[in-house]
Amino acid sequence: MNKANKAEKKLMYGNHALVEGVIHAGCRFFAGYPITPQNEIPEFMSIRMNEEGGVFVQTESEIAAINMLFGAAAAGKRAMTSSSSPGISLMQEGISYIAGADLPVLVVNVIRGGPGLGNIAPAQSDYYQATRGGGHGDYFTITLAPYSAQDLFEFPRLAFELAEKYRNPALIVADGILGQMMEPVEFSYEPIDPESLPEPEWALSGCKGRERRVVRSYDLRPGKLEALNHQRTKKYEEIKKKEQRFDALECDDADIVIVAYGTCARVCSAVIKMARSKGYKVGLLRPITLWPFPADVLADLSKKVEHFLVVEMNCGQMIDDVKLATECRSKISFHGRPGGGVPTPPEVLEKVEAILGGEK
Amino acid sequence: MKKLFGRPEGLTSTLLRYCPGCGHGIVHRIIGELLVELNIRERAIGIAPVGCSVFADEYFNCDMIQPPHGRGPAVSTGIKRVRPDCIVFSYQGDGDLAAIGTAEIIHAGARNENITIVFINNAIFGMTGGQLAPTTLPGMKSTTSVNGRDVKKQGYPMKVCELLAALDGPYYLERCAVDTPKNVIKTKKALKRAFKNQMDNKGFSLIEILSMCPTGWGQTPVQAKKWIGEVMAQYYPLGVYRDRAKEEK
Ligand SMILES: Cc1ncc(C[n+]2csc(CCOP(=O)(O)OP(=O)(O)O)c2C)c(N)n1
Ligand code: SF4
Repeated sequence: MNKANKAEKKLMYGNHALVEGVIHAGCRFFAGYPITPQNEIPEFMSIRMNEEGGVFVQTESEIAAINMLFGAAAAGKRAMTSSSSPGISLMQEGISYIAGADLPVLVVNVIRGGPGLGNIAPAQSDYYQATRGGGHGDYFTITLAPYSAQDLFEFPRLAFELAEKYRNPALIVADGILGQMMEPVEFSYEPIDPESLPEPEWALSGCKGRERRVVRSYDLRPGKLEALNHQRTKKYEEIKKKEQRFDALECDDADIVIVAYGTCARVCSAVIKMARSKGYKVGLLRPITLWPFPADVLADLSKKVEHFLVVEMNCGQMIDDVKLATECRSKISFHGRPGGGVPTPPEVLEKVEAILGGEK
Repeated sequence: MKKLFGRPEGLTSTLLRYCPGCGHGIVHRIIGELLVELNIRERAIGIAPVGCSVFADEYFNCDMIQPPHGRGPAVSTGIKRVRPDCIVFSYQGDGDLAAIGTAEIIHAGARNENITIVFINNAIFGMTGGQLAPTTLPGMKSTTSVNGRDVKKQGYPMKVCELLAALDGPYYLERCAVDTPKNVIKTKKALKRAFKNQMDNKGFSLIEILSMCPTGWGQTPVQAKKWIGEVMAQYYPLGVYRDRAKEEK
């Protein structure tokens, strides 16, 4: 179907771009359970995995899906699933075990309105769940927030590379708008042949010619789990230091910097243009990694920027991270649309003008 | 001098930590022997459950993984689908398989997933202190049914082989026991067939094994063995519940 060569540009749905990105990244294992608004991913995946000789399993539940990933990843293969908020909640048990077993997997959350069954409209209300671990125990998941079909194509490879480098689950968080949006996508790198990926030194493959290997998330020996959790914390500190990713738009001379990711960042890039044409010095800081949060750049900006405006499709979950990063040096305002509302450029601009007009 | 009996290479040198008279140890030994006899130790991947045999990941001398409670069949599926040349077995207790993991086992069976399930039915939650299991017999005492299982309040026990036999998917289902030497030999034969089915790409095999839990049952090891034959096997009849190899003939 949508096989394309490098440098070829194709008009694609975001969800299809993601599937191509996953296949290009050398992943040949998908397990998942249908939930709106991400059903195009498993549907297209079932076709593409079949074409590529990969594995596609429609599971009995999200619990089964994430545990199949656990198995496939423990066997040393790139494995992914996708779901939406209620399904991701069910996967948290497995994600915690995968984090506890130090395995790489890719989990895509096309977030919808919550809590509960909520609705199927686009939302960003799983920010806390994605950036604070999500399941039980001391762990974090590397979390990427795409904002274009091009990102959706490229982030799966980045996610697998980071996940494997740090032996940690990685998430991509999107929403229904990004998945349904049609945009040109450049197939910016050659597809990775899964056979060319080396077998990790911890992979289960049968112990022929080597010591047997064990994948587990528990350690009952006194003090051992404590030591392991300290060790993992060091890993998390390293990730925080080295893997903060962001995009900065017109931030250099800005009086106000909008902080927004995903669809909101898309909306706000239009706001920046409108504001600049009116002579307002407004910039946009778009976190690409929600965890690790791009705290360093915000800390630097906060030394000269007086006011930050956080825009999210939730009730204000990222504000905490902005406050921590800026150490409350600057004023912080918020504009949020929870439960499936999407902010429009004029309403964000109005907020910017209110701030400039002296609203605290 | 010829060595007549010893620890099979399919088991590590780690000492088993099971209670005296526990059936887990017997089944471990059988699997340890089969890994060698079938020459599959070096391509086997075992799945330990959550339960008394959670430490199976230390005992079997092959690659092992320890997943969440009940999810063994799903984890097995993930492994087997990406490593079809490996021999994948999931070892599970009745709490693990018939309570929290009911959906996973039924659907792995329905898919006729090419894996081998070793299902230890000891009619109780051993590890957490002898609570009621889905397999606890009517009238049987447990720490959460101190006056005996009342089917009006706690429902009826689950017969896993019968349940799975209602599906078209599974290839081979047999219920065995490890209470007598004769039954141990039969259990080994059944497990051997189950592994062979997988080697021949036939699909899903589950061997249910009635197994003693003297500690959970509040019995001596000798009483526990007797109780299996006299009471437990009456409710859970031993025998073959699905044999597609025969049907195919
Ligand atoms: C999600 C979850 N719930 C509960 C437990 C606690 N738990 C550990 S073992 C067990 C029951 C094990 O019983 P069974 O599978 O019959 O094995 P046995 O110990 O009898 O061999 C339970 C409920 C757990 N570890 N994880
Ligand atoms: S509690 Fe029961 S199942 Fe667990 S080791 Fe003891 S006898 Fe075996």
